[in-house]
Amino acid sequence: MCLAIPVKLVSVEDESTGWVEVGGIKRKVSLLLLPDAKVGDYVLIHAGFAISKVEEKEAKELLDLISNLE
Amino acid sequence: MKYISEFRQPKLVEKIVQRIKRIAQNLEREIKLMEVCGTHAMMILRYGIKQLLPANIKLISGPGCPVCVTPDLYIDKACTYARKGFLIATFGDMMRVPGSNGSLIEEKSKGGKIKVVYSPVDALKLAESFPEEKVVFLGIGFETTAPTVAASVAIAKERKISNYMVLSGHKLIPPAMKALVQGGKVKIDGFLCPGHVSTIIGSKAYEFIAEDYHIPCVVAGFEPVDILQSIYLLLLQISQNEAKVENEYARSVSKEGNLTAKKIMSKVFTKSSSVWRGLGMIEESGLKLKEDYFQHDVEVRFPLEVFSSSVEDKGCRCGEILQGLIEPPQCPLFAKECNPSRPYGPCMVSVEGACNIYYRFGKDRCQDSEVKWKI
Repeated sequence: MCLAIPVKLVSVEDESTGWVEVGGIKRKVSLLLLPDAKVGDYVLIHAGFAISKVEEKEAKELLDLISNLE
Repeated sequence: MKYISEFRQPKLVEKIVQRIKRIAQNLEREIKLMEVCGTHAMMILRYGIKQLLPANIKLISGPGCPVCVTPDLYIDKACTYARKGFLIATFGDMMRVPGSNGSLIEEKSKGGKIKVVYSPVDALKLAESFPEEKVVFLGIGFETTAPTVAASVAIAKERKISNYMVLSGHKLIPPAMKALVQGGKVKIDGFLCPGHVSTIIGSKAYEFIAEDYHIPCVVAGFEPVDILQSIYLLLLQISQNEAKVENEYARSVSKEGNLTAKKIMSKVFTKSSSVWRGLGMIEESGLKLKEDYFQHDVEVRFPLEVFSSSVEDKGCRCGEILQGLIEPPQCPLFAKECNPSRPYGPCMVSVEGACNIYYRFGKDRCQDSEVKWKI
């Protein structure tokens, strides 16, 4: 149930609604729980709400860390 | 970066597995790591992660499936409201969970007004569109879901949509982890903490488990690289006799969590004791609506007569599975009388339930030969 997938925020309609796109499909989501999300951010969507931003810096750091393992 | 395929790269998986093997060899004892998230349980079996691990590293499932830990009593209440003519709006995975007297899908077949929705906001729209209906949203889920329901209730109050009500069965993860550890029935060497619950509550929420009970905790993401790296971090802590909270899923989880979501959750809900299937009553492990929002609490506005305590189906061992005491194939009903088309208990119904996951992905992917089975 706590399934959430990273999707890209493609537009913001008003302060509490935005549109995300995944695989060419657009869906309206609520930004009530993530008011500072910006167009272009990857966000996690759960039950129609954006709940968290996905940070590129942290993702890269982890991948680099593992890639550099001996 | 799409944040999915990058975390499924076989060469990264191979690197982590090598390190896990090295460290496991030096541990020289059986290590039990518990995940407390249905999606982790599913990914572990789907990607065959158990097969990649050395024999002394065991992964066990905890009470991480919200539908599964919901007791019969809750389903019975929902069915009763349906029978009384209320319009029930619910996430789809609740439909087929058997209560002591049938499931919601059976109520629907008898003419009950039951709608599957994707979001509590959709349930709110139903209430707005049909003001003559008494709409009850089934508030099931952990900290990931509770803020979305809290938001819907806050909107309902603001817009005076008085026919929108919630039957709250929300539950909180950290108190259940504490109860499991205190119960002591299964020895847990480390916790893989639920990633999406943690986006809301933050990695800080598990510090008491590490500090008070000396059990390592790692907040884990959901892709194979995430899960394996988290297992590696847990083993590293165990080998160094450390117990702290680490955050493998830092790309989405912060130490404090989502403050906006936590704020709306505490504005609408207050903690209450709650009954978990398999674990029983746990203090302060549930959420009920605050007095300010009582007009949206169906149990306050339309109280039902007190139910006698329901008896869980004889032979179904969901309770033990939810505590990590047995694996699904050890239940005598598993993949025989009990299967996804005719489930005996909730663990076979929900796609996040351990039995359902084993049924779909687990064949030949279990660690122990004695728990393999044939379908």
